[in-house]
Amino acid sequence: MSERNQRIGAPVLILILVLLAWEGLVTGLKIEQFLLPKPTAILSNLVRVVRIDDADTSLLPDNEAATLLRASRLIVDLPAGVSPDLLLPLEEGRIATFRLGSKQVLIVRGNNLMPIVQASWYTLKEALGGLLLGVLAGVLVALITARWTATREALLPFAIAANSMPIIAFAPILNNWFGIDNPFSKMAIVAIMVFFPMMINTVRGLVSVPPRSLELMRSYAASEFSILVKARIPNALPYFFNGLKVAGALAMIGAIVGEYFGGPRIALGVFITQEAALFRFASAWAAILIACTMGIVLYLLILLAERLAMPWHSSYRTNDR
Amino acid sequence: MTDAVVLLDDVNKTFGRGTVAQVQALRDINLSIGQNEFVSLIGPSGCGKSTLLRVIGDLLPASSGQVQVNGKEARQARLDRDYGMVFQAATLYDWRTVAKNVQLPLELMKYTKEKKEQRTQEMLELVELSDFASHYPWQLSGGMQQRVAIARALAFEPSILLMDEPFGALDEMTRERLNLELLDIWRKTKTTIVFVTHSITEAVFLSTRVIVMSARPGRITQDIPIDLPQPRGVDTRENVRFFELETQVREALRANKRQAQ
Repeated sequence: MSERNQRIGAPVLILILVLLAWEGLVTGLKIEQFLLPKPTAILSNLVRVVRIDDADTSLLPDNEAATLLRASRLIVDLPAGVSPDLLLPLEEGRIATFRLGSKQVLIVRGNNLMPIVQASWYTLKEALGGLLLGVLAGVLVALITARWTATREALLPFAIAANSMPIIAFAPILNNWFGIDNPFSKMAIVAIMVFFPMMINTVRGLVSVPPRSLELMRSYAASEFSILVKARIPNALPYFFNGLKVAGALAMIGAIVGEYFGGPRIALGVFITQEAALFRFASAWAAILIACTMGIVLYLLILLAERLAMPWHSSYRTNDR
Repeated sequence: MTDAVVLLDDVNKTFGRGTVAQVQALRDINLSIGQNEFVSLIGPSGCGKSTLLRVIGDLLPASSGQVQVNGKEARQARLDRDYGMVFQAATLYDWRTVAKNVQLPLELMKYTKEKKEQRTQEMLELVELSDFASHYPWQLSGGMQQRVAIARALAFEPSILLMDEPFGALDEMTRERLNLELLDIWRKTKTTIVFVTHSITEAVFLSTRVIVMSARPGRITQDIPIDLPQPRGVDTRENVRFFELETQVREALRANKRQAQ
């Protein structure tokens, strides 16, 4: 258990140290906010902590750190005996309330939380929709090319060539084809981007069955279909998931960059470009932070699916001989 | 010779026929193997013994000549599932447990669920791996994996077991133990076994007949009956006759080499 704690604890500690250093350096070196906003300024777009002071102010002393947090507007202090009218809008945006000593603490939404969450959800749907289309198409073509060697030999050079093309360069064209506000234009970009890694990986897995395995199946007079189901597909699973890990990251990139070339106002890529154009870099950073988080969560979900799909795989071996 | 289980008549096998890289792997192979025989094919690397095994099992087509198995064309025998194959590598499926690996041929042959489970249990008892039914292959040692492969090959009661250096990758101790187990299985199941090996000791210890082959082109040079008493056991290796036969096989292999030079 302590080993597990260490495995999670060490990276978290590093993350905290990096954020503190970031905050400290930006403040200490007086770096302009439009070059690099402080982490607290970025976070204050998403959430804020409001403390309503009762008489006791000794709980959190006015030390330097508290002053910094206040300056970044991540923490807002309201004096004791504040008018209830003033609290009403805060209560509406409330996420959580708790008491800390004699103080009531509210965690409320930052000004940009709702627009960013909405935009993220919109973009996530595009990314997942495109990912699904691309994965289905990639696997389908892989199955066909693995079955008929001739098609593989004819198609694979093109697939490999296409895999090394910057497909995102086609984004403006696809926006034009399907309509800039149509989510399908972004799904199409994502689908094309993920198609090639999915197909190439899956084909490799389907055809790299050891020759002895195939001889074994032939000695049982197994049909091509049985060989596919019992030998080729299980053999391809690790390759499929490797492709999917690459594809998951590509999907988020494809959707957001696709939106950089235009899209509805409620899309994450559009939000980021607009905020940046208006010099509101902190809220652009906040949106990027959410995009990164979605990418990481997607990757973790793929890892989980991989684990569930192939509990036998070597990468999970714990008690190796 | 109508009771022959395997009958090869003037079999030739040439790889890359009509090209510069043409190699004659087998030349004029005539061989008859009877019911419940244990025949070893021995010879230097490249003598075509593995190729011969694959021609018998219809995993490679013969270039000319007749291959008859159980009175049928080899291809028909394969389609009738007359063969069990065991390779040098256990060739187990990583994603299947030991029991599921043994069941693989039974699934393909559409055994009922009860029959499948019953056979699997019997086979795992036969190779003494009942306690490992739900383990994955990577959790087993090399020798245990090979025993699973043997259980899998025998699960559907094939009349012929084709073994391609099955114990070649194992250490001497494990190999000797598995040799004894294989003889035990052979006695119990009354299977006909064709066994490819590099090891003179192994060939003499196991077989009722040793076929000595020579390379380039691969052909049979001697057919040595092994008249050691059955059942064989640990003391067989101390039998004077055992050493004589070992010497005879060694001489035969050496004679081939001299001829080649």
